[in-house]
Amino acid sequence: MRSVERCLTLLRAVLSRLATTLITLIGVAVIVFFVIRVVPGNPIAMMVAPGATEADIAALKAQYGLDKSIPVQFGIWLSGVVHGDFGTSITTRQPVLSLVLSRLPATLELSVMALIIAMILGGFAALTGTRLRGTRTEAAIDVGNGMALSVPDFLWGLLLILGFGVLLPVFHISGRVTPSLDLPFVTNFYLTEALLRLRFDLWADIVSHMFLPALALAIPLAAIIGQLLKQSLKETMHLDYVTLSRTKGYGENHVILREALPNAILPTLTLVGVQFTFLIGGTVIIERLFSYEGLGNMAIDAVINRDLPLIQGIVILFALIFTLVNLAVDLCYAALNPRLRHG
Amino acid sequence: MSFLEIRNLSAKVKGNPVRLLRGVSLEVEAGEVRGLVGESGAGKSMIGKAILGTLPASVELTAGQILLGGEDLGALSPKARRSRIGATCALIPQDPLTALNPSRRIGPQITDRLVDILGWGRAKAEARALELLAEVHIPDPARVLRAYPHELSGGMRQRILIASAFAAEPKLIVADEPTTALDVTVQKQILKLIAEMQARHGTALLFVTHDLGVVSKVCDRLSVLYGGMVVEDTTTRAFFAGPSHAYSRALLAATPKYTDPEGSLTPVPEEVLVAVQGELVMADRAYGRAGGTHG
Repeated sequence: MRSVERCLTLLRAVLSRLATTLITLIGVAVIVFFVIRVVPGNPIAMMVAPGATEADIAALKAQYGLDKSIPVQFGIWLSGVVHGDFGTSITTRQPVLSLVLSRLPATLELSVMALIIAMILGGFAALTGTRLRGTRTEAAIDVGNGMALSVPDFLWGLLLILGFGVLLPVFHISGRVTPSLDLPFVTNFYLTEALLRLRFDLWADIVSHMFLPALALAIPLAAIIGQLLKQSLKETMHLDYVTLSRTKGYGENHVILREALPNAILPTLTLVGVQFTFLIGGTVIIERLFSYEGLGNMAIDAVINRDLPLIQGIVILFALIFTLVNLAVDLCYAALNPRLRHG
Repeated sequence: MSFLEIRNLSAKVKGNPVRLLRGVSLEVEAGEVRGLVGESGAGKSMIGKAILGTLPASVELTAGQILLGGEDLGALSPKARRSRIGATCALIPQDPLTALNPSRRIGPQITDRLVDILGWGRAKAEARALELLAEVHIPDPARVLRAYPHELSGGMRQRILIASAFAAEPKLIVADEPTTALDVTVQKQILKLIAEMQARHGTALLFVTHDLGVVSKVCDRLSVLYGGMVVEDTTTRAFFAGPSHAYSRALLAATPKYTDPEGSLTPVPEEVLVAVQGELVMADRAYGRAGGTHG
């Protein structure tokens, strides 16, 4: 009975969060729609051939609905969105929704890979620093964290390209996969699908392309995770239940991993959620840097070409991802913290 | 034979010459309840921590020995020392609200030592935990084993910690002010429970407290500490009949009397403090002459 009740409470919480998400998305839609129409720049100017007449331009404007007032344009666009139609890209003349969805998997895979790398690196740094607290190793970890944190991700990207792409060419530094390869994939989740199809040759090639951009995104996040987790581990290590566990005969490793970590990880987890959304934002520049065919790269092209419907679609999608990630973090938090689970 | 023997134990904070423990010697016989009393900072908790190997990293032992069952803990490797302590000693901590891990269920927190350190089977350990919870008068033990600490009251949690301390049938339990953090109404029950469990299991108990009232109820013998030095080591009966050391007498006189609630509180007189501090200085000089490190 209790577990059924718990499920219902959870469901209600999720639904109310989704309702809030909807309001957020509408707000984002309004802002992005008006802002990109107010800033200078004109999509038609990018399209017309030199020597086009006023009439040609007017015809094009009418074709894309740009001759109407901005509120009217918004109304048309919004009613389309409600029916699942995000408009047509001005540059490629393809539906925005299918364009965006075709690029989304690449960015998701990159972000998740970066997140995993960041958690491994940061977790390792925090645990090692806690285990060897008071030693030179801990001091070295602190210095490393500081350096990782003070250099932004795109600079790490450049350094990695220089280091492991040019000087010591072990990884690919451009694209998502070697173009000459024959890809059997039906989805755009290349990395996941290669793994599911047990095509480890393709998988290795994709990882080799993704590793450096993912690492560049991961390094600053790893430093934040490492610092925060080490700090909260340090505080937790002084608590009575940790001392009690020591008197039971347990060694330091066990005490850190089993007693301290599950409690110390909670504040870090919240932060990871917030930082993960920043990380997705960071893909915009990193994807450009590594010519990685994801959403971020597409966003930059869309802005350069003033492809208004495409910009709108991408921004809405980013906003959706942000809110869903935050929801997922809250659910994880509830699962890890028994005091919230029963709340 | 005494199970715990502390010989001439000295401790200090690293990089600070002042000693926290000044040549403490005390013994706890098998099955005996020994009180360790003194004011705040007298070093009573420090002794408990030294026995259980949980001194903070900033504190170092500079001299002396701790023997458990005749075995010198200082002579063992850290790992051997840990398992030796875990198998023969246990702690009843001060604050039940922070001494249970909030993210773990009660059951594993009682059985983990039995399974991981003593190598019991899981089923046997769980049966033992149920039995112990019943012993400390916890209703519906099976439900409590599956509960998380936040679902239980402070008194319940202290009962669980007591049960957990007795789980492995240790030879010695260090009770570090086990009633200080509890409501006055619960204090008495918990004290009675500890005495009851101690008598039933015949475990030696080192009872760290600043409350002489508690000592008079549960202890066979007591050591009075001042400034990290044992100033008196006597039986409870002899102590309450009339302590021999001036500081002990003053400490006893300073205890509020329930029989005379209107009576004013007596502080420890100045001259007694001066005298006992003089003794500390003498002890430090003797320690320095004997080659003890002072830096």
